[in-house]
Amino acid sequence: MEAFVTHTGTAVPLRRSNVDTDQIIPAEYLKRITRHGFEDALFASWRNDPEFVLNLPQYQGVSVLVAGSDFGTGSSREHAVWALQDFGFKVVLSSRFADIFRGNSGKGGLLAAQVSQEDIEHIWGIIENSPQVPVTIDLDAKTVSAGDFMCEFEVDDYVRWRLLHGLDDIGLTMQHQAAIDSFESVRPSFKPSVR
Amino acid sequence: MAIQSAPADQAKLHTPLTMAEKVWSDHIVRQGDGEPDLLYIDLHLIHEVTSPQAFDGLRAAGRPVRRPDLTVATEDHNIPTIDVDKPIADPVSRIQVETLRKNCAEFDVQLYPLGDIEQGIVHVVGPQMGLTQPGMTIVCGDSHTSTHGAFGALAFGIGTSEVEHVLATQTLPLKPFKTMAINVDGELPAGVTAKDIILAVIAKIGTGGGQGYVLEYRGSAIQSLSMEGRMTICNMSIEAGARAGMVAPDQTTFDYIKGRPHAPQGQDWDEAVAYWESLTTDSGAQFDAEVHIDAATLSPYVTWGTNPGQGLPLSSFVPDPADASSGEERAAIEQALAYMDLTPGTPLRDIRVDTVFLGSCTNGRIEDLRAAATVLRGKHIAPGVRLLVVPGSTRVRLQAESEGLDQIFLDAGAEWRGAGCSMCLAMNPDKLAPGERSASTSNRNFEGRQGPGGRTHLVSPEVAAATAVTGTLSAPADLGVAS
Repeated sequence: MEAFVTHTGTAVPLRRSNVDTDQIIPAEYLKRITRHGFEDALFASWRNDPEFVLNLPQYQGVSVLVAGSDFGTGSSREHAVWALQDFGFKVVLSSRFADIFRGNSGKGGLLAAQVSQEDIEHIWGIIENSPQVPVTIDLDAKTVSAGDFMCEFEVDDYVRWRLLHGLDDIGLTMQHQAAIDSFESVRPSFKPSVR
Repeated sequence: MAIQSAPADQAKLHTPLTMAEKVWSDHIVRQGDGEPDLLYIDLHLIHEVTSPQAFDGLRAAGRPVRRPDLTVATEDHNIPTIDVDKPIADPVSRIQVETLRKNCAEFDVQLYPLGDIEQGIVHVVGPQMGLTQPGMTIVCGDSHTSTHGAFGALAFGIGTSEVEHVLATQTLPLKPFKTMAINVDGELPAGVTAKDIILAVIAKIGTGGGQGYVLEYRGSAIQSLSMEGRMTICNMSIEAGARAGMVAPDQTTFDYIKGRPHAPQGQDWDEAVAYWESLTTDSGAQFDAEVHIDAATLSPYVTWGTNPGQGLPLSSFVPDPADASSGEERAAIEQALAYMDLTPGTPLRDIRVDTVFLGSCTNGRIEDLRAAATVLRGKHIAPGVRLLVVPGSTRVRLQAESEGLDQIFLDAGAEWRGAGCSMCLAMNPDKLAPGERSASTSNRNFEGRQGPGGRTHLVSPEVAAATAVTGTLSAPADLGVAS
């Protein structure tokens, strides 16, 4: 995984709460068996509307998504993270993320940064008035800045450490094979096996 | 209190623990300062949609599946529910299903494919085979894995990267969840079901209310439920934002498991039951949050909006955005009503539907089919309404047929289908047309969930059956049927 330290890019306001993963990527697109190539699937249904914010000329080339609360609810599909990344997003800001979505983001290197709803609304105001203002996310300092505005964000310390160093979870766990062997050696015999 | 990070044995001796904390501490492989706990996974369920990229990852790294004997796969999300003996018509779906078959063969994973008697929705199959047992950790690349918590297991959905992690290591690094008690006490009024309880819970705490928590459903109304009812409730924990929901195992649980193909036998059974009985939340254990619901106040619930928290008693009216408590909520109501094409103040009972879907991992079990058949017996669905009955597994289908339920559905004008996820998420050909409206026993009323432009009202099997008969959202009582 690529390390994430800071990112600067333009941002798009998504003034909706409860953006579920069915909206981020409809089920139809989950039939693909690849890990890339989902950029056409991102918000596929909403993008049919020419007025949808991602279709507006001032928000082309964005890499920061500023969303309402409870972003990424519903299905566990990691394709939602892949679609956001394939489209070009590096960071999603929201006042609350669904657990599974946030976990999936951390695995794939998409930063899900939690910001208060008050700060979200402030950032919405800034990027609606000045869509070209660069927004900088500093993972080391845990800050978001847009123009003169700056606020802090929250992210799990362990996820932050892994992202900063670009570390792969499976590789880390593989270092603990002996502990897994030892745990397995004392599992009760009544635990079921599928065989 | 949060799930203990202290060493398991010490915690057990000194601190009263919740059930979730006990199961968690019994699965800790390793703890390190500032690191998540490494948790052992007892059972990993696989299906075609969220696994192909995980198997690709194993192949790229040259890693085997660590415990094929704790891994089981079934085909459910993508498969057709008619013409199941023919090749899958949609080439993209077919490739995905064939990919699962190839991966399972290559990595020695047990698969129950379309056509096998054990095939079905992954969350129906696990309990049915006796693989789901109290005190286990169970994961699947599917958010409705919370279903298995009905047995007192800690069960939750994971993403594809985590699927690969579990395949490779049989563990997951996880930060402890917080715990929330959902106390549902009192007697459920006649005609009120497990589905109504969970829709009421989600309406009360919201789609994000359970975020970061394991929910433990407690109280006399929960204890009185069958395993099917408990599964319906735990299934939709994720709709309240919680990754997992649990119900304490009791005699109802043990009776359900006993004699199933993978249930413990002989001395193992006795040891298992003794362990399962020890899992109940200790008296004096502290939950991080508690919610109380008086079962006697509940009535049949339906959703009116585009998330599962937007639900109300069937006797109420479409809400008015003007009554919202915040700007964000007002916008959410306005967006939902625009999508659902509903007018504030309309009685929910006046909402006309085109399709009724009975099935899914929420309500596709034998008891659900029996409940709906009881309402439909001797009746016919309303003109212009389509009723799709999709059993949760092939065994549920066969059981229903042996009881003559299929004939009741067919006589009522329903379509009787093969097992799968079907119109719950419309990955297969079972979809709503744009603008069509459904009453659905599934779990999500998101925009387009049951087909692009489709509109979904979540309901219980009983309400689904009554709605199919009248053509508008209805309860069995509206037909003069006691459910």
